[in-house]
Amino acid sequence: MSTVPSFWKEFKHSRSGMAGLTILIFLILMSVLALVTIPIDTFKQWHNPNQWIQLPKGAAPIWTNFFSEVKQPEHLIFDKPRVEERDFGSISVVSHIYTFDFQFDGFPNDFMLDYDVSYVGNPPFLEFSVLRPDGEKVELSSITLPPKPPRIIRYLYNGTLFSTDRNLRLGTAQFLDSVLERSIRIDEVSPQVSILAVKEDGMIKAQTANVLKGTYLFNATFFLFDEEDQLESTVLIIGGKVFGLLGTDDLRRDLFLGVIWGTPIALAIGLSVATLAVGIGIVYGVVSGYHGKRTDEIMMRANDLVYALPALPFLIILTISVGNSIIFVIFYLVIFGWVGIAKVSRSMTLQLKNTGYVEAAELIGASRWRIIFKHIIPQTAPYALASIALSVPAAILTEAGLSFLGLGDPTLPTWGQLLHDAHQFGAAARGMWWWILPPGFMIASTGLAFVLIGTAVESIINPKMKR
Amino acid sequence: MGFGRFLVFRSVNTLVVLFFTLLVTVLILGPSIDTIVVRGVEQEVRGEIVQNRALVSGFNDPRDLQAFIDGQVQVRLSSLGLNDPFFSPVRIANLMFKIMTLDFGQSFYLRSYEGSSNVKVIILEALPRTILLFSTATIITAFLGISIGAMVAKKAGSLFDRLISTFAVVSFSFPLWWVGMLMILAFAYTFPIFPARATPLIPPSDPGYILSLLYHMTLPLITIVLISFGGWAYVVRNLMIGTLQEDYITVARAKGVPESKVLYGHALRSAAPPIITIIALSLSGSLGGAIITEAVFDWPGIGRLYFAAISVLDLPVIVGLTYILTLVFLLSIFIADILYAYFDPRVKVG
Repeated sequence: MSTVPSFWKEFKHSRSGMAGLTILIFLILMSVLALVTIPIDTFKQWHNPNQWIQLPKGAAPIWTNFFSEVKQPEHLIFDKPRVEERDFGSISVVSHIYTFDFQFDGFPNDFMLDYDVSYVGNPPFLEFSVLRPDGEKVELSSITLPPKPPRIIRYLYNGTLFSTDRNLRLGTAQFLDSVLERSIRIDEVSPQVSILAVKEDGMIKAQTANVLKGTYLFNATFFLFDEEDQLESTVLIIGGKVFGLLGTDDLRRDLFLGVIWGTPIALAIGLSVATLAVGIGIVYGVVSGYHGKRTDEIMMRANDLVYALPALPFLIILTISVGNSIIFVIFYLVIFGWVGIAKVSRSMTLQLKNTGYVEAAELIGASRWRIIFKHIIPQTAPYALASIALSVPAAILTEAGLSFLGLGDPTLPTWGQLLHDAHQFGAAARGMWWWILPPGFMIASTGLAFVLIGTAVESIINPKMKR
Repeated sequence: MGFGRFLVFRSVNTLVVLFFTLLVTVLILGPSIDTIVVRGVEQEVRGEIVQNRALVSGFNDPRDLQAFIDGQVQVRLSSLGLNDPFFSPVRIANLMFKIMTLDFGQSFYLRSYEGSSNVKVIILEALPRTILLFSTATIITAFLGISIGAMVAKKAGSLFDRLISTFAVVSFSFPLWWVGMLMILAFAYTFPIFPARATPLIPPSDPGYILSLLYHMTLPLITIVLISFGGWAYVVRNLMIGTLQEDYITVARAKGVPESKVLYGHALRSAAPPIITIIALSLSGSLGGAIITEAVFDWPGIGRLYFAAISVLDLPVIVGLTYILTLVFLLSIFIADILYAYFDPRVKVG
């Protein structure tokens, strides 16, 4: 193993090494995809609930429908309504009408209407209704928007009607009053169920009813009382039970985004910790071994001290009292990462010290540091390469562990933090496997890739281990 | 160097390291402890003074009252010896002496089952359960790992051997706590066989407590063993393959010693010292990981206690637990060293 081409030739024959490399290339592609397609600013909004308001809560991945007989509703976001406008002098009536065909077997989770209206005088009036496929019309809600604050000339109001709103429930109650089975109390039925349930013999059997499939027509009509009043936009969201490639969590966050963005972050943490730790470890070990005598003794005792620290408790108290920004965490991981490597590189140096060319260099009168950096450290390069690969999984696992304990950097959500939230919100108890499985799987496969590469490199360097 | 001198040397070394880690702990956490204690004292003093109506009505200007409170706080702080900065040698020495004698003081929020706020009582209540879980797991793992490792060493290169090696590498890169979450999802909710939270609901004084505790321990135990035995088998296999190539094994075989005796009597025996070291080290290593493992399973040991202490920032408990964990960690490294030297007399101190 002297040149890069011959090394590669040997590496190619290692099946596990190539498997590791394949996973790694896949992870790098994922990172590139994340960096190119999803702007980091979106990702920094991970902890901002407003960013995720339009997504469904705790929805399973969309492809689960493919495997199940019962098709759960997908998450539907409509923002291109049919607009109808009528003018009566200074009063204008603007309707935003959303028509869609609902063919799923399950009821939606919820629904909401989000709207932006600007007005200069009397507050507008909003009527929200739905026309069912069976011709029944349900008046969902009629409200007057809040009065314009006195000092503002043009008031831009952003409002949302949730299916859980009181006045929306009252609206559906009128409808239910005529069609609901007598044994059920009206407030036990959620609006999304009552307006989408099939009527049997003129009655809605709320507990057992199926979804009425067909075309629904949601109508949001605004009465604007001044010529300058303007309905800016509306969005209708039918909250689905399935969404996206990896579903959403309890805070409505798109888990696919979290998982895919976790890749570049994990690789960056793993590689920077491993490179720094191995670099420091090698230089430390070589210096200690080459100098020998008292220097060696003192340096190795110091090494022993760090070696004997239980890593996790100390990482925890460091994040608590010094800080948990990602730079700090990388730094802490380096503190505990270099010790073992220093020991090995020291014993390698003790052997190299007595080889002919080092003695020759000494005879020519090369300085100590020149010998260390020119003649000894390059010899440790293959070992360094293997150690970097083998240090990456440890760094990623430890960071994930810290994040799982809730001590990660809050500005950069890692896979460990996704799992922390999953644990915190009781994802296991509620069967939300899509919240637990993908992040952990990513941690495991990233670790696996580097372990496979590391052991392959190691067995090329040290043929005794090959069998 | 004789064995006796070796023993003394290692003991002194361990004590030095213990002292050093304690110093580091105190230096890292000192400022935070001070801030919290001072805040506590301020609240206490303010509370007492405001309760005293007669005293408060004596002040006409609220600024006078504030000055009075500040003065009282200073008096209280100096009586607690908190006037010096945390890095003054006297305070550090005091704190370290207290911790070394296991006097961890009173916890801020956490309580023992009986309601005691003495950190030592709280820790001693949780410690046996951690030891129970992790030593049981280590014993089972070691047993499985050694027997499987020895078995595959005999048939190196077979399909089973490759399976075990693959399993070892894969399980090495799996975070134990994540597998724990999956196990809970699968065996506590999807198939409700085991309880999801490993803390028994009946009080420790109940006669059925031990049984209940063992039942609650099953799922974490299975998970730990599942994740760790592959790595064990792999290490034992590699050690055994090394020794099986030694001349004395060939001689034993040539003499007609039965193969099973060669394997378990000769080869495994000479591979024993490193295996014992690994047992001791993996036990101490898993204790560090216990913080996360116990948090996932809600196992009522020191790991979960540590997790709870981090969540509410109960610093006296954190300091106490860090010390105890370091102590256990160093003790197992020490025992591993001694055992290794005892079994393998070639070891000399460098």
